Amino acid sequence: MLGHKRFSCNHPSSTFFPLSRLFYRYRDLAPQLVPLDYTGQPDVRLPYELIGSMPELKDNPFRQRIAEVFSEDGEGNMTLDDFLDMFSVLSEMAPRDLKAYYAFKIYDFNNDDFLCKSDLEKTLNKLTRNELTEEEVRMVCDKVIDEADLDNDGRLSLEDFQHMIVRAPDFLSTFHIRI
Amino acid sequence: MAYSVSFNLNPIVDSELGGLGSDDTAQDHLMIQHRTESAPEGGIGSPDTQGIELLVKECKDFLDDQTSDVREQADERGLQNSESVQTRLLVRNRWSATTLKVLSSMPSRSIGWQSRLEKVSRCTVHNSQLSRYRRQTPGSSLSTRPIVHRNEDVSEEETKTKELINNLQKLSTAGRFRILRSTPLSLSEKSELRKLAFSDKVGQSLSSEVPYWRKIKRASRHSFFTILSFFSSLRFGRVQLKRIGGRFGTSVLFYFLFLRTLLFFNIFLSLINGLFLVLPQAIYPPLKNTPSRFSGLELLTGTGFLSDSVMFYGYYTNSTINSCGPAAKVRSEDATPHSACGSASETQMIAYNIPLAYSFSTVIAFFITSIALVYSLSKSFGRSVQVLSSHGNLASKIFCSWDFKVSKKTSVRIQSENISTQLKELLLAVNCKRGNGASRWRLTGIAVYPLAWSACLGSTFFFAFGIHVFAEYLHLNKKPEDSWASEAYLLTLPSVVSCGNLFLPGLFNLLSWFENYRLPSVRLYVAIFRNLLLKVSILGVLCYHWLGKVAVQSEGHGPQCWETIVGQELYRFLLMDFIFTVLYTVFGVFLWRMFSQRVLRRKRKPVFDIAWNVLELIYGQTLTWLGVLFCPLLPTVQIIKLLVLFHLKGNSVLMNCQASKKPWRSSHMSTVFIFLLCIPSFLGATAFVIYTAWTIKPSSGCGPFRNLPVMLHSGEQWAHELTKVNPKLAWLNWVYNNVVENPFFLLLVSLVFLMVSYVHAHVLDGQKRIMTLLQEQIENEGKDMKFLITKLQAIHEGEPPLSQSRSAIRGNEVPNQHDTCGL
Repeated sequence: MLGHKRFSCNHPSSTFFPLSRLFYRYRDLAPQLVPLDYTGQPDVRLPYELIGSMPELKDNPFRQRIAEVFSEDGEGNMTLDDFLDMFSVLSEMAPRDLKAYYAFKIYDFNNDDFLCKSDLEKTLNKLTRNELTEEEVRMVCDKVIDEADLDNDGRLSLEDFQHMIVRAPDFLSTFHIRI
Repeated sequence: MAYSVSFNLNPIVDSELGGLGSDDTAQDHLMIQHRTESAPEGGIGSPDTQGIELLVKECKDFLDDQTSDVREQADERGLQNSESVQTRLLVRNRWSATTLKVLSSMPSRSIGWQSRLEKVSRCTVHNSQLSRYRRQTPGSSLSTRPIVHRNEDVSEEETKTKELINNLQKLSTAGRFRILRSTPLSLSEKSELRKLAFSDKVGQSLSSEVPYWRKIKRASRHSFFTILSFFSSLRFGRVQLKRIGGRFGTSVLFYFLFLRTLLFFNIFLSLINGLFLVLPQAIYPPLKNTPSRFSGLELLTGTGFLSDSVMFYGYYTNSTINSCGPAAKVRSEDATPHSACGSASETQMIAYNIPLAYSFSTVIAFFITSIALVYSLSKSFGRSVQVLSSHGNLASKIFCSWDFKVSKKTSVRIQSENISTQLKELLLAVNCKRGNGASRWRLTGIAVYPLAWSACLGSTFFFAFGIHVFAEYLHLNKKPEDSWASEAYLLTLPSVVSCGNLFLPGLFNLLSWFENYRLPSVRLYVAIFRNLLLKVSILGVLCYHWLGKVAVQSEGHGPQCWETIVGQELYRFLLMDFIFTVLYTVFGVFLWRMFSQRVLRRKRKPVFDIAWNVLELIYGQTLTWLGVLFCPLLPTVQIIKLLVLFHLKGNSVLMNCQASKKPWRSSHMSTVFIFLLCIPSFLGATAFVIYTAWTIKPSSGCGPFRNLPVMLHSGEQWAHELTKVNPKLAWLNWVYNNVVENPFFLLLVSLVFLMVSYVHAHVLDGQKRIMTLLQEQIENEGKDMKFLITKLQAIHEGEPPLSQSRSAIRGNEVPNQHDTCGL
């Protein structure tokens, strides 16, 4: 308990969220691995399988990408800091630019800082559970790049993405996980 | 190019000029780097085909390497040379090495090479510029612009960190927190940065010279965060909201969030009324005239013992309560001026003027509610307005329509199906150019629409007329005896109105199903409009009846308390509405589900009708606002009603309903409903209250305003008394006469308000125009770039392969040309 209190003092206003509830959720995933005392900054990393089994993420088609983006090692194995980061960005108080930045990274499957056609195709297939035909997927991807690509390099950069997000006011309410 | 977008969104034009200067320096930097790199790379480029093969091989190796760390990739790529960039571009197009060199050195290509710290410094500069614009303080010139580096050394990282820390330290504490919180770094990096950024403050906390206001600020901030975390952990209905959000997504969740907002409004209203009105009057009750008996029906009708309680207007005295010490006596007009605290001095007596408290609490409650409503409306409107043209429908549908809140498996499946259906429809619409749609519209016939509309409007009109006639009949044929039948008689009008509110919207839904509107949003708006019209006409008829007939006729029927009667009517309406909603939720929805599944053999459960339910909430809230003047405890009743409704509706929705297939634009709809809460509902209630207070004579037999010609005169009376007591406050009298009562002053205030909103509208329009111009500029830049690339490639292919140096030189010249053109 004391360690937990010390922990919470170190990060008073870097997140948008009350920390104690998140800490207990993190600990509940693997009580034998996560100590209550975080004063020594222990290096505890929960494997992706545990993170992906959380009820909020279990059926989300993008859960693997979310875990990879927020984890330090890029594999989905998250420390407590990564966990807090993730739910802080996905909370309702995070500003739009921050959410857009991380959404861009989530949809960027090959981590090249651009949303190229293959990224779009993968996103579309995950969204529709492979229900669209290949022809339809191709048409949709072409149209998306036509609409959103402003600097005409055939792929979406972060600026293009943010520009599109500005025009979609629902983004703030949909890119939100309640915990 | 990319930077100009983020900076020029400010209407400050000089940032553009500043941008020009700094981009030139960036360009010079690039030129220097380019020249240093072109020399060693000449060795690789001379046997061209070999070089390309090498590059392709490297590209394949690079693409195979998928397991690298996300966070370190920027650094890795920064340390690698430009060949990996070229390899990736080569995969896309078979461009020559020179073209690629040129392309890779352009600013827009190098975004991927930025380190996170550059991004943060960019955010810092951007945010601080914005905050500077907002606050309009001169501020320090934050001239550090992001410079593109392709080879990052450790020392350069350190200098950038130092720059960033400097930027942060120039801001206030709150600004530092705000910027740190909104930058896309991991938590551990943020805490390190915070330690460094606040290193200048550490010394201050140790010294004893900390000013007291800083200590207070720190303590208040700490306590604020503790309270905030406590409240957010206690957050009302959090678990329920999470389950509903997980099952149905943002659309149904909106209803429950709206309910919670209304709950907070009512808590505020009942707190003000309770503390300033009910409590004082309850502690010092007036002399009771008639004893009253108790029977159970009184809780429903509000008559009997309730009519002589703090519940209604008639109970409140029209005098000042004087309390002194342990014994207190209420000094009313006709009691003898004998007070229990004869020896006590004047200063010990606490005089509490009930009529003044009544009018002030009502005025302040309405004023603060209006400010809160306008604030939430403006926030919601700001979030939902789409400034630029909405031709990015498909892209936003793909990236912004997946609701991350949904966690139940079946709902996730339904969501995927929804999105794929919408995408297929969009593709069809694009391909077929809406050929089929038009014919379908003609087939259903144009005659259906006027028929359906006339049916809806006619039913609304006849229902309102029927209510009017029925109310008149009830008013004229009042049964004087005190039997329970006569009390039940009072409940007929509210029951009829509630029944109408339940069944007529069902009729409207049926008619709109016949009309078969093509767009679901049009259908929704039509349903909302018809429902709203029904409720507005009902409430209008009732208000006319109360103010026009009940209030005026009380003189003829002897000393009666018309305010209490109106208060009782509103109480009955609220209660009946509550009872009918509960019955419908518990039985109606359940029965309909059984019916649709067994009889109609539908596989899907019924869908929760959000618009109808939200309008019901708005109707209930309007009744509360109408009745606050006559029944100070009505907000408390509404609180109980909303709490019960929250849990009941939540359980009913989870048990009986299923996620809808129709799209729901949550921000847009929330703006619409908050607007409906403001304009017809709150504004109407305010107009009703103002009309009552300003025009209608209060009843002479009861209530705090019984001896005044008009309720508002209580303020004038108080001003008079104050000037009598303290002649220095005579200006208050003058203020009241010439300012509050003078219509000219109100006209002036509304004129100023209109002018301010006109100026703001024009500023917004100007900003919109700037944004469209910039968008065009971006598109033109893209076309320029395509042109120059093809030109460059054509020039390179036109030349013999030996003259590498000449093409290299031309390659160096072209970016200069391009970027100066672009700026």
